[in-house]
Amino acid sequence: MGRTRVTLSGWELDNPVIPASGTFGYGLEFAELYDINCLGTFSVKGTTLAPRFGNPTPRIAECPAGLINSVGLQNPGVDHVLAVELPRLAKVYRKKVIANVGGFSVEEYAETCRRLDASDQVGILEVNVSCPNVDHGGMSFGVSPQAAAQVTKAVKAVTKKPVYIKLSPNVTDIVPIAKACEEAGADGLCLINTLLGMRVDLKTRRPVIANRMGGYSGAGIFPVALRMVYQVCEAVRIPVIGMGGVSTAEDVLEMMLAGAAAVQVGTANLIDPWACKRIIEDLPAAMERYGMDSLEEIIGGAHHG
Amino acid sequence: MEQVLYTIRENVPVTAEVWRMVLAGDTGAITAPGQFLNLRVPGFTLRRPISVCDWDEGSVTLLYKVLGHGTEAMAAMQAGDKVDALTGLGNGFDTGKSGQRPLLVGGGVGTPPLYGLCRVLRREGKEPVVLLGFGTAGDVLLEKEFAALGAEVHIATEDGSAGRKGFVTAVMPELSYTYLYACGPLPMLRAVDAAAKTGGQLSFEERMGCGFGVCMGCSRKTKSGSKRICKDGPVLERGEVLWEEQG
Ligand SMILES: Cc1cc2nc3c(=O)[nH]c(=O)nc-3n(C[C@H](O)[C@H](O)[C@H](O)COP(=O)(O)OP(=O)(O)OC[C@H]3O[C@@H](n4cnc5c(N)ncnc54)[C@H](O)[C@@H]3O)c2cc1C
Ligand SMILES: Cc1cc2nc3c(=O)[nH]c(=O)nc-3n(C[C@H](O)[C@H](O)[C@H](O)COP(=O)(O)O)c2cc1C
Ligand code: FES
Repeated sequence: MGRTRVTLSGWELDNPVIPASGTFGYGLEFAELYDINCLGTFSVKGTTLAPRFGNPTPRIAECPAGLINSVGLQNPGVDHVLAVELPRLAKVYRKKVIANVGGFSVEEYAETCRRLDASDQVGILEVNVSCPNVDHGGMSFGVSPQAAAQVTKAVKAVTKKPVYIKLSPNVTDIVPIAKACEEAGADGLCLINTLLGMRVDLKTRRPVIANRMGGYSGAGIFPVALRMVYQVCEAVRIPVIGMGGVSTAEDVLEMMLAGAAAVQVGTANLIDPWACKRIIEDLPAAMERYGMDSLEEIIGGAHHG
Repeated sequence: MEQVLYTIRENVPVTAEVWRMVLAGDTGAITAPGQFLNLRVPGFTLRRPISVCDWDEGSVTLLYKVLGHGTEAMAAMQAGDKVDALTGLGNGFDTGKSGQRPLLVGGGVGTPPLYGLCRVLRREGKEPVVLLGFGTAGDVLLEKEFAALGAEVHIATEDGSAGRKGFVTAVMPELSYTYLYACGPLPMLRAVDAAAKTGGQLSFEERMGCGFGVCMGCSRKTKSGSKRICKDGPVLERGEVLWEEQG
């Protein structure tokens, strides 16, 4: 256990494997399949202030090494999460979780985080800044260093819990945005969210996804995600949780060598519901194979020399 | 839900487009007709959802239409090959409300799950009436099999080459029934719902990410809130279905 232990802002995790937001629900379906207490922790479905149905269907399009989703942040709203989902989860999961938060204005992010701050089950607030900013023509908060910093400051002001900002990869340069979040007081960063993508149905000659475009995730995005984690880790001192296409224990090791302090696994859970359990079980043998005694000591190893 | 590595016992065409696959292996997770399997097809990222047509202790039968590359690859599989499947997915049909003479309406490859339903209804001593709609005579599925279960069977084809010419909804007003079960393409479900005289259950399809309730890829708005077609469905009560305003 000690060899796979990692630390996020003082919170010790048994291992760095964390199911990513939106691919693990509130954990209950997985708790029926395996003891989810084996996870480092997990990130719950993106939560907003008000309940949201999300986008029209079809919301899913297949790709050769991943999928495109346009779920549109469907969730029952923060009050329902606090009153129903988290108490239900507490019956099957002993550890704290990462609460993933979406929003459409700075005030909304802050209010949702303020309410989640009251829950002892929340270890980290993960603020997804890929959402459109309705006060500024719908442009994503995550594409502007100023907007991302504004959200960070507003959330930091309402909580004592560590605040991790989850960055969008759909930008020309992710580094200035990462730095702006760090300067605004973020305790950590999570990257990457999905890449904007699209498929066309050859039979109907129309986009597969009802909203035309959606977020591309899965094994195909791993090299892009790894590159961004590497670039950001070179530029900031706060911990980075790496994600994007991670499907094997070896992918976890690569992400950590690129600088990730922990790793999230998303789409792999949808394809193989036991993916995270398998990755955790495979980690010791993978570490052995590459002569790694502990995971903490390999973090950022690819940056040296 | 369970993950089972099935062995293909049989994989043969039954019409120009539809194949029957019989899988040998544990079926303990299948608890109701109308549930589905999500099959791993080598070379494809997403699993393919296919309804349970029928099952017994050691095997499950699927009828699938070859539509795109995934089902094409399924048709190329051979007896003896292994198939990784998540099984016992979805809620399935509830036979408790059927009354003595339920009507089962199927359209095209919406027909297969009604076979398992019909078998269970017969076992419960009920007298189901089956009404099936297809494009043409060559597409007709399971007509003899339903009759062999002792059900009254009606067929409609769009070109009139078998049974009544036209859609199933042309036949519905002539039938007397205590309850409705339907599975088929969305426009058919909607027309059947509008023509129905009793309570009933409709089985829906939606593109799926996971198939077991965690990704919210398959949501449908209903009068009783948002439902995941893969987990809270595929079967919805007639009374809760909303035909408009999705998203
Ligand atoms: C609950 C459920 C039960 C089903 N039962 C049956 C059955 O018993 N027999 C049968 O022939 N078909 C059934 N289908 C439809 C079947 O899943 C699709 O025809 C099949 O996935 C098509 O795959 P493809 O690769 O050939 O087509 P492609 O069009 O190449 O597939 C591309 C992607 O779209 C998805 N997709 C395409 N059409 C559908 C559809 N109608 N519904 C859901 N996903 C789709 C595929 O799974 C794949 O992810 C069912 C669907 C659902 C949701
Ligand atoms: C179906 C689906 C839903 C998602 N929902 C959310 C969400 O609510 N909030 C969020 O921050 N990220 C969400 N994501 C993004 C993932 O958490 C993750 O950042 C991304 O998918 C990349 O990782 P992966 O390639 O391992 O899936 C979602 C991804 C998928 C596939
Ligand atoms: S397909 Fe994932 S929730 Fe239904």
